[in-house]
Amino acid sequence: MDKLKKITKMKLFLPVFSMILVMMINVVYDIASGNPPFGFFSISITNGILYGRLIDILNRGSEVAILAIGMTLVVSASAGTDISVGSVMSLSGGMCCMLLAGYGVTNVSNYAVPLWVGMLAGIAIACVCGLFNGFLVAYMNIQPMVATLILWSAGRAIGLLLCNSNIVYVRVPSFQFFGGYCGIIPTPIIIAAICVAVASIVLKSTALGTYIQSVGINKKASRISGFNSAKIILLCYVICGLCAGIAGLVATCRIYSADTNNIGLNMELDAILAVALGGNSLGGGKFNLAGSIIGAYTIQAITTTLYALGVSSAQAPVFKAIVVILIVVIQSQPVKDYFKKLSAKKAVAKEVA
Amino acid sequence: MENNIVLSAKGICMTFPGVKALENVDFNLKKGEIRALMGENGAGKSTLIKCLTGVNKFEAGEIYLDGIDGPIVNKDTLDAQRKGISTVYQEVNLCPNLSVAENLFIGREPMTKIGTVNRRKMNEMAAKLMKELDLDVDVTQNLEEYSLALQQMIAIARAVDMDCKVLILDEPTSSLDDNEVAKLFVMMRRLREKGVGIMFVTHFLEQVYEVCDGITVLRNGTLVGEYSIEELPRVKLVAAMMGKDFDDLASIKQEGSGDKSKEPLVIDAKGLSHAGTIKPFDLEIHKGEVIGLTGLLGSGRSELARAIYGADRAQTGTLKVKEKEVTIKNPIDAMNLGMGLLPDDRKAEGIIGDLSVRENIILAMQAKQGIFKKIPMAKQIEIADKFIEILQIKTASRETLIKQLSGGNQQKAILARWLATDPDFLILDEPTRGIDIGTKTEIQKLVLKLADEGKSVMFISSEIEEMLRTCNRMAVLRDGAKVGEISGDDLTQEGVMKAIAGGGK
Repeated sequence: MDKLKKITKMKLFLPVFSMILVMMINVVYDIASGNPPFGFFSISITNGILYGRLIDILNRGSEVAILAIGMTLVVSASAGTDISVGSVMSLSGGMCCMLLAGYGVTNVSNYAVPLWVGMLAGIAIACVCGLFNGFLVAYMNIQPMVATLILWSAGRAIGLLLCNSNIVYVRVPSFQFFGGYCGIIPTPIIIAAICVAVASIVLKSTALGTYIQSVGINKKASRISGFNSAKIILLCYVICGLCAGIAGLVATCRIYSADTNNIGLNMELDAILAVALGGNSLGGGKFNLAGSIIGAYTIQAITTTLYALGVSSAQAPVFKAIVVILIVVIQSQPVKDYFKKLSAKKAVAKEVA
Repeated sequence: MENNIVLSAKGICMTFPGVKALENVDFNLKKGEIRALMGENGAGKSTLIKCLTGVNKFEAGEIYLDGIDGPIVNKDTLDAQRKGISTVYQEVNLCPNLSVAENLFIGREPMTKIGTVNRRKMNEMAAKLMKELDLDVDVTQNLEEYSLALQQMIAIARAVDMDCKVLILDEPTSSLDDNEVAKLFVMMRRLREKGVGIMFVTHFLEQVYEVCDGITVLRNGTLVGEYSIEELPRVKLVAAMMGKDFDDLASIKQEGSGDKSKEPLVIDAKGLSHAGTIKPFDLEIHKGEVIGLTGLLGSGRSELARAIYGADRAQTGTLKVKEKEVTIKNPIDAMNLGMGLLPDDRKAEGIIGDLSVRENIILAMQAKQGIFKKIPMAKQIEIADKFIEILQIKTASRETLIKQLSGGNQQKAILARWLATDPDFLILDEPTRGIDIGTKTEIQKLVLKLADEGKSVMFISSEIEEMLRTCNRMAVLRDGAKVGEISGDDLTQEGVMKAIAGGGK
C-alpha cells in the first residue's frame, strides 16, 4: 500500500499512467477483435526495417517530441506559449529545399548547394525566428501569444515565398535518409533521441534549468539575485526556434519535398498539448522535460491507436479530443484532491476498524 | 453566544506536510475589543487567521460567530466576508493593475440599472471613503502607482468599508511609518466604538500596549493563554511568546562602535541618481562599517541602495568600489564586485516561491558562478544545511518549497542566499520587518559580526532603536534626497528624529 502511494506521488506518475492507459485500449481492442493480445507491442523486422505499431508511434511522434523540448522551456520561462513553431517548421523546410534545389526549380535529383549548407540555413532561419520571438517577449514585454502570432501567420507565407509558391521536390537519397531509415531504425527516432539526450545533458550539467525556473517563477527576484531575466527568456525562445527548425527538416525529409502549406500544420497545438499532458503548468515556473516528451508520444499513440481501430482520419480528431480531455482531467487539481480525500477517508476507516 | 463574544474558535487543529501548525487552539474575541494575537514566527498566527477566514480547511475544531446559530464553515474568504469576517493580510493582496476604486469595490461593485458597473458612482464612493479616512489618493489611478504603505492603507479601507463584525489585521503596520500607524490606530479605535471586534497581529510590542485591550499568545502551534492587557506586562509577554525569560535586545551593545573613517573605502559614490526616485547623492562607506539609512517611508532609502546596487540603474554620477571606478548596469555586475541586496519586498523581489529552500539559498551563488558551472548537488546540500543550521530556519526539510515557510523564515532563507555569496558589502533593506523579537536580535547580532569580520553593511530600517544599536553612522534622507549624515554623539533617538524631521523648523 505504501509502495503504491509512493509511486502515485512521483512527478511522472500521471503522464506515464496516461500513456499506459492509451496502450491498454489497444490491448483490449486486440483481444476483442481476436488478434494476439499484445500485437500492439510486437516488433518485427520486415524487408530489413523495424516494423510495428510502437515503432510507428516513436517514428511519427519525433517532430512533436523535438518541438516539446523547446516548448517546455518557453512555457517555463515566460508563462506563455510559442504558437509559431508549426509555421517555423515549414519555413525551415522551405528554406532548406529552396537552397538545395535552387530558387524557382521545383524538382531536382542533384543538389544545387551541398546538403549541409541547406540544412544549416534551414536551422539558422528557424533560430532567427526564435530570436525575433524572444526579442519581442523578453525586451518589448509583448505577451508571448501575441508576439508569436506574427510568425504563426507570416512564417508559412515566407516559406511559400521562398519556394515560389510551389512544392519543391528534392529527390536525392542522402536527403531522404533523414526522413527514412538508418539501418533498420527510422532516422527520425534517432534524431529525436539525440535531441532529447542533448537537452537533458545540458539541463543536467549546467544550471540552465535553475535559471529558467527561477525566472519563470519570479522575474524580479531573479534579477535582484543576479540573473539576467530577459536574456534567459530570449535564450529559451531561440532554443524553441532551433527545435522547430530541426523538426521542420525531419518533416521535410520524410516527404523529400517542401510542402510549405502542410508541413507542421497545427503542430504547435500538439506541442503545447504535449507540455500540458506532461504535467507541466502552462502558467510557467517548474518544468518536467521527461513529462513533456512522454506527453508528445502519448499524443502520437492516441492518433496511431485511432487509425488502428479503423477510425477515419476525418473523425479521428473527435476521439482524440475525448481522450485528451480525459487525460487532462485526471491530472487536474480537483480530481487529485478528490482522490487524496478518498484515501484519507479510507485510512480513517481503517483506524476505526 | 455568551457575554458579548463576537467570534469564538474552539479546539482548532491543522497540519501541514510534516508540521503540526495548530493544535487545539481556542480564540475568543469580544464585541468592541482589540485583541492582539502574539507569537514568534511559525507560532501559527497566520495559519489561525487562514483557518478563521476559510483559506485553510482545518481538521478539527469549531468556529462560532455572533448572530449565527451553530458552528460556521467558511468556504473561502469571500464567504467569510459575507458572514462578517474581513481580513487584511501581512502582504498586500490586492490587484496592482486595477484602479484604487476597483480594488475597493471588487466583487461588490455598484451596478447600473442594466447590470453594468456604475463606474462614476463607484469612483465617487471610493473618493468619499478615502476622504473619510484622510488618505490622499486619486481613486482612478492604478493601485501600483502608490507606495506599499498606501496600498496597505487602501487594503484596510476596503475591509473597513465592508461593515464587518470582525476585522483581522495581520501585521498591517509592518510597512507603515509612525504617522500612518497613528492614522490606522485612530481608525481602529473608531471601529472599536462601533462594536467591531478587531484581531491585531503585530511584532511591535509598543503598538500592542498602545491600542489593545487583550492579548492571546501562541507558541509552536499551541495556545499559551488569553490575557487582558493589565495581566500581561511587556516582559511577561515576551517570556510567554518565547517560552523563556526575556533576553532583551538591549543585551546587544555596540562595542568599539568607533570611528571607521580611517579604514579603506569600499564604496565611494559621487552624484549618483536615478530619475524620479533618488536625487544625486554622495556617499562613502568604509571597510567594516555599518551605515544606516534613515528617513520616513518613501524618503528614498531603498532607492538610494538600489541605485548603488544597480537594481535601478544609476543615470548620473560615478561609483568607485574599492577605489576603482565601475559601471553597474545590472545586479549581477554589483554582485561580481562583492555586493548583495536583501530587498524590502520579500514576496515580489525576494523569494522564488515554487523553488525549494535549498534552491533559494544557492541561487545568488549560482548566478555568480554562471550558467555553465553548476554547483554540484552535494555542495548545494552542504551549503543549504549549513545555513538552515546557523540561521535556525524552521522548515520541514531543505526540499520544502519556500512559499510554505512562514514570513520570518523566508526572510532568513533570503539572508542565507546572500551570506552564501560571501559579500564584502551587503545591503539589508528592512531585514527585520515582520520578524519576531528573537530573530530580530539574531539578525542584529549577525550584522555586527559581519562588520567585525571587516565587511561593510548598509542597514535600512524603520525602527530607529534597532539602527542605533547596529550602525556606526547614519545617512538621513528626505523627499528622495540625501540631506545629511549623523555620527558620533549625535547618534541618539532624539538626534535622529530631529534630522529626519529637518532641523530648524
